[in-house]
Amino acid sequence: MSEQTTTTPRDVIIVGSGPAGYTAAIYAARAGLAPLVIAGSVTAGGALMNTTEVENFPGFPDGIQGPELMEAMQTQAEKFGAEVLWDDVTEMELGAPVKTLRTGGGEVFTAFSVILSTGSAYRELGLPDEKRLSGRGVSWCATCDGFFFRDQEIVVVGGGDSAVEEATFLTRFASKVTMVHRRDELRASKIMADRAKNDPKIQFAWNSEVVAIHGDAKVSGVTLGDTRTGEERELAVGGVFVAIGHVPRTELLVGQVNLDENGYIEVAGRTTLTNLPGVFACGDAVDHLYRQAITAAGTGCSAAIDAQNYLAALSDADPASPSEIPHALEEV
Amino acid sequence: MTTPANAAAPVHATDATYRAEVLESELPVVVDFWAPWCGPCRMVAPVLDELAVAYAGRVKIVKVNTDENGQVAADYGIVSIPTMHFVKDGELVATVVGARPKPALVQEIETNLLTG
Repeated sequence: MSEQTTTTPRDVIIVGSGPAGYTAAIYAARAGLAPLVIAGSVTAGGALMNTTEVENFPGFPDGIQGPELMEAMQTQAEKFGAEVLWDDVTEMELGAPVKTLRTGGGEVFTAFSVILSTGSAYRELGLPDEKRLSGRGVSWCATCDGFFFRDQEIVVVGGGDSAVEEATFLTRFASKVTMVHRRDELRASKIMADRAKNDPKIQFAWNSEVVAIHGDAKVSGVTLGDTRTGEERELAVGGVFVAIGHVPRTELLVGQVNLDENGYIEVAGRTTLTNLPGVFACGDAVDHLYRQAITAAGTGCSAAIDAQNYLAALSDADPASPSEIPHALEEV
Repeated sequence: MTTPANAAAPVHATDATYRAEVLESELPVVVDFWAPWCGPCRMVAPVLDELAVAYAGRVKIVKVNTDENGQVAADYGIVSIPTMHFVKDGELVATVVGARPKPALVQEIETNLLTG
């Protein structure tokens, strides 16, 4: 495959296209930086593409569909001159003043600054039959697949907000939803937990975890283990929906950008500055605390402003004396 | 009554037309089982549009809206979307569950539908 190289480095490339990436793109584009957004070939739009109604994004009192919100953000970014590429970054060299990014389509892009908004992926249970039965009753997307489980009994694994949201959504179709949770109470917010507890179709398997998934061509049941006694019991279900949290998509950054022990990108204080000059990070790849569309969008805005300041300082600096090129702040 | 073989856009099949559009197709077929409420289906849709252009006259791209055509989806045991079926001479030769990047789908087409 022949490589096409863009000779003049761009001001800024944004990797990822969730609320963080598109907000960064809107701000960078309005600042005249003509950002390139490498949106991802099938992950474009990010986690909200797998949701239905978003009820808590400010400005939409009647709610908005997740995919519609993301399409609107994309349109807004493009309106101000952002360029969106439907491809995946496969390699990044971020240490040098000019950063190099390669895509799955074989293109090479260079830029003076990079905004990392790569988000997170679903955490898997790590069971031997999970992959084999994925798409055959094991699912990570209730909104995509719930429809196919009409009048069936299913389990939802997890106890956080997204697990409760999935369970509540799935009661539209399933005859019975059992929430399998390792503890004896939900981690979800009170309003979400109350909604689930008052739902006659939702039952709870407390202090339990899925230790095995069964089925030949399709899921037929699970084995639940008691997290205190180890005692096992069988549950006949047609579907297993997994909502046990997320892992940051930062595997391409290992060895370059400082990551914490769970793989999240480390930033300086309340900024989006990473340990590398000209490299900024925002959204769920950084944030394991709040993980909301609006917080991701907020940090995306910060990243664009940080990148803008960096580029301004870069153009003010004398190119002959590299020491004047600004570096990431140690602490802010 | 089927769509011309040289169509450069995806063809929409229903429970009623599935046999004619897919199983009796002269060309090998990629079937995309999707629904309007499925985010990953929306993400893969532009890729399928591009493939329909790139493989016009060689491979037919057929879309089945599972929300409106439950029979075909049930017949094939579809419980996750998007699911893509690769069909050659009426035979299901490969299945891909979940959205995939374009290069991965190109490879599936080349190895499952256009060789041998």
